Order: sequence, then structure tokens, then C-alpha cells
Amino acid sequence: MQFWGELWPAVRLTLELATSTVLLLLLVGTPIAWWLARSQARWKEAVATIVALPLVLPPTVIGFYLLLFLGPYGPGGAVAQLFDMRTFAFTFEGLLFGSVIYSMPFVVQPIRNAFQAVGDRPLEVAATLRASPWSAFWTVAVPLARPGFLTAAVLGFAHTVGEFGVVLMLGGNIPGQTRTISVAIYDYVNTLRWTEAHLIAGGMVVFSFAAILAMFVLEKRLSRLRD
Amino acid sequence: MSAPADILAARYVGSLGGSAGAFQIDVAFSVPMQGLTALFGASGSGKTTILRCIAGLQRVPGHLSVGGEVWQDETTFRRTHERPIGYVFQEASLFPHLSVRDNLRYGQKRALRGGANETISEADVVAFLGLDRLLDRAPRHLSGGERQRVAMGRALLSQPQLLLMDEPLAALDLNSKEEILPYFEALHERLSIPMLYVSHDLAEVQRLADTIVLLEKGRVVASGPLAEVLVNVDLPSARRPDASAVLDAEVGTFDARYALTSVSVPGGTLLVPGRVADPGTHRRVRIAAADVSLSVAPPSQTTITNVLPARIIHLRPLDDAQVNVVLMLGHEGDGARVLARVTRRSAELLGLAESQRVYAQVKAVSMIRRRGRS
Repeated sequence: MQFWGELWPAVRLTLELATSTVLLLLLVGTPIAWWLARSQARWKEAVATIVALPLVLPPTVIGFYLLLFLGPYGPGGAVAQLFDMRTFAFTFEGLLFGSVIYSMPFVVQPIRNAFQAVGDRPLEVAATLRASPWSAFWTVAVPLARPGFLTAAVLGFAHTVGEFGVVLMLGGNIPGQTRTISVAIYDYVNTLRWTEAHLIAGGMVVFSFAAILAMFVLEKRLSRLRD
Repeated sequence: MSAPADILAARYVGSLGGSAGAFQIDVAFSVPMQGLTALFGASGSGKTTILRCIAGLQRVPGHLSVGGEVWQDETTFRRTHERPIGYVFQEASLFPHLSVRDNLRYGQKRALRGGANETISEADVVAFLGLDRLLDRAPRHLSGGERQRVAMGRALLSQPQLLLMDEPLAALDLNSKEEILPYFEALHERLSIPMLYVSHDLAEVQRLADTIVLLEKGRVVASGPLAEVLVNVDLPSARRPDASAVLDAEVGTFDARYALTSVSVPGGTLLVPGRVADPGTHRRVRIAAADVSLSVAPPSQTTITNVLPARIIHLRPLDDAQVNVVLMLGHEGDGARVLARVTRRSAELLGLAESQRVYAQVKAVSMIRRRGRS
């Protein structure tokens, strides 16, 4: 089918982007969430606000600043030159960076809440049982915060799959490189190819429903395992 | 500053911030590194704070040396995981994501990896606390008493040199408490680990403690051997309605005709109902001040079985109506001390005075622990 051949690169790119974004965000977001959950610093809420900003900013605004940041005259461009590139804008790497920023609140917030729910006591118990803070983090805090990590991963993934404004601003529409599903729908509608638009849009609804449902079910099961 | 190897010496001076107003703490005490020491006081006396400081969970300026090693001073602060302690919290606080077995092993493997000697093995703990049926269960399927037993086992397996317990029975209902108390007694008897035990329950302290640190509003009011502190009429503990003396008693013969067992305490012999234990064994007995009445002549026609000669050491008015009397048992007044509470009216009518010889009529004696101090 010609349609599938045309669509597959967009689907694959979207999945790759979402997976990489979630993995990166778990790496970057977990320490941030831990710090936000446990620090006594007064300016902690300022950091929390910065992390949460993408929730309310129009994606085009985020995209605009990311474009400046990653473009040839921004700091991103300087880094790009180290890799023999002129710019990170209109590249997969640039898109990944943008997605990490854009989806950060959806990953950091659930993990932060989960760490807060764990509370001080289990970590104190671990310390009285000779566990160093590092060891207590991995053997107590992370396992107890599992439902939060699950929510974070699902939300981060789904949100990245659905991102549009940032992709358009930052990635243009280069097939196989920066053309994701949501941009593809936009194109199909613009060119009046309703059947294709219907198929992708319907597929997205089904996917999102399945993802969120799976998350709720798993979360329920995980929390039943405790207490 | 060096400290003797057989004591725990603590000094903390500081204020703890809090939205509900700062709490001042100013304590200094040293207790032997053996037996069970109770940190006793009302809520707000700072006893839990002190325990948390000793564990390193909380930081108040001061000095702490345990068994000759400095854990905290101006330049040193050993972090919690570097202190060889076991800590039993008020709520068992088992790790919900681990089985009972893995909870037990959590501290054990870390302690052994850290070079601790295995003084108590998993098999010992399981047998001793009766945990064999529970090992594969998840903590959420245990009763309150079972959880607390696992928490004790977990703390013991971390091979502690000092066991800290923060009201481990307070969160339990009466049945679970009765279920678990014998384990504490056995712990005390069979293991040589020194214990610090926070409690606001005088009966628990009388039953378990050898040494007591009496706290009030962040200060130490008194500390010393339990038997001495309890009969000190200058202390608030003697003013309580349930003020009592505890004595070490050696079990004597059982009189089958009346079903009474004789037990000897320093300065006299008491008869207690039932066959309490094998002759020659030691028990701790408690005599409540309210259960002791005085007579200046040997009472003749009375239903009170236990009448002991004694000598008055102190008389202290308690309030307008009552007087606390400290007695030393025995004809020469050289035995154990007990408390008596009499009305001021009786004290004046009988002309009670210090160093006078009297007869103490003991209405009730409770055996409160399987073993006394030996």
C-alpha cells in the first residue's frame, strides 16, 4: 500500500523520538525530581516553576526560543560545530532536545510526587540498617516510587508523540528526519487527503486511550502491592 | 576527650526549630553500656529527640561517646549508616516492597559487608522471635505485633552494638503488646546488647528497665539505677498515683496447702499467690506505694499476709492529704527501699518520724519480670 510506505517513516520517527525522550528524561528528570522532593532550599519552588513552564507556555513560544538557542548563532549552534554541523535546528537531535524540555514537567512532576509520598521514614530506616544514602536511594526510594516512574514514562511518551507546535517550529517537516505523525496529519488535512488524516487521527486516539488505560491499571496493581 | 569503654555519655544543648515554636533541649547523662536503659518522660520531654540524636537521624550540637568511641563532638559527626546501631521505630516501618526475609537481611548483609562480626545469626533471630512461618510473607499480610517482631529481628541482624527503641509498643493494641513483651524480656536476658528504650509508660519501664533517665521539658531530672530512682521522693516519678518500688526477689518454696510461694527480697520475705517459679530463680517484683500501709506495732488481727519490719528513711508531704514515705525493709532497716503512701492525718496521729521503726503491710505484690537483676 502506497499510503503505508509514506506513513511508516513518520511513525518510526515518532516512536524513536518518544522513546529516546523518555529515556533521557528519566536520566535527567529523576535527580531533579529527587532534589525537588527532598531539598529544603528556599529557591526550590523557582526551579520547580521553570520545570513546569512548558505546561502553560504556547508550544510555539518554546519552539521559538529553542530555535534561537539551537540555531547557528545560539549556543546550540556552537556545540553543533563541534560535530561538524551548522545547527541543531531541523535535525533529529534538535527535536530530541526540544522534546526533553517540552515533556519535562510530565516526567518530573509524577516522580517528584512519588518521592514525596515515600517520605522520610523508609530512608531513615535504611540508614539505621547501614545503607548509605546512595544505596538507600536505589534499594528503597526508587522501588517505592515505582508507580510514579510508570506514570512519568507513560505521560512523557504520550506527550512527546502528540507534540506539534515545537516540532513544527524546530524541525520543519523533513520526511524521515523531523516529520512526526502529528505534523503528517496537518499535512494531510492541508492537502485535503481526509482518508489518511482520519486513519492517523483515529490511530492516535486508540493509542492514547490504550496508553493511559494501561497506566491506570498498572498503577493500581503496583500500589496494591504496597500496604 | 576520651570516655570509658563501658558507658554511653551524651550531652546535647540546642534548640530545635519548628513552626510550633522552638524546643529547647539541654541534657547530659551517662548510662552503662549494658542492660536496658529507659528514657522516660511525658510527651514533649524530648526523649525521642535524644534517641534520634544518638542514632544520628537528627543533629543537635553536643557530644556523644558510645563505648569509648566518639560519635559526635565539635569536629566529628558520624552519619547514621556509620553508627553500629539497631533502631526500632514506634511503627514497625518494614519495607513494603520486600518480603519478611528480605527485610531481615537488608541490614544484615550491609553490616557483614562492612566488616561487623556476626554475633547473631538469621537462624537465631528467626527461632528467637518465632518468625519461621512469616519469612515468605509480605509485610502487609502481618499483624501489628508480627510486624514489630520482624522490625526487632531486622534491627538485631544488623549486628548492632547498641539497640535503640522508640516506644516500640506504643502503637500496638493491648493483645499485641502482651504478645510481644515476653520477647523484649527474653532479648534483655539472652543478648548482651545494651539497649536504650524510650517510653512514657511507667509500668513498661518498671518491667523492663535496669537504668532510667528521667526527662522533663528537654532536661534530665534524674538518672541512675531504676530501683533507686523510683524510690527517690524528690522526683516527679514518686508523685504519680502509680508510684512504685521494684525489688529483686529470689523465689523460695511453694506452700501447697495455701498455694502460696515465698519470695525473699532484701530485708524480708513475701508470700505471693500461686506457684510463680522454680525455687532459686530470680524475679522482679513491684510494690505500689498505694498498696503499702504502716503500723507502729506489729499488727495482729489482719488479713494482710505480708507484714515486714522496716525503718522510715524519708517523709515527704505529697499534697494536703497525703504523705510519701520511703522505707528500708528489715529489722535493722538495711534492706531494699520501698515506698508507702499514707494520709497526712494517719502520719500525724501515729507520730511518724524519720528513722522510726514501723511495720509495712503490703497488700499486693506483682511479679513483673521473669528475672530480676543479678
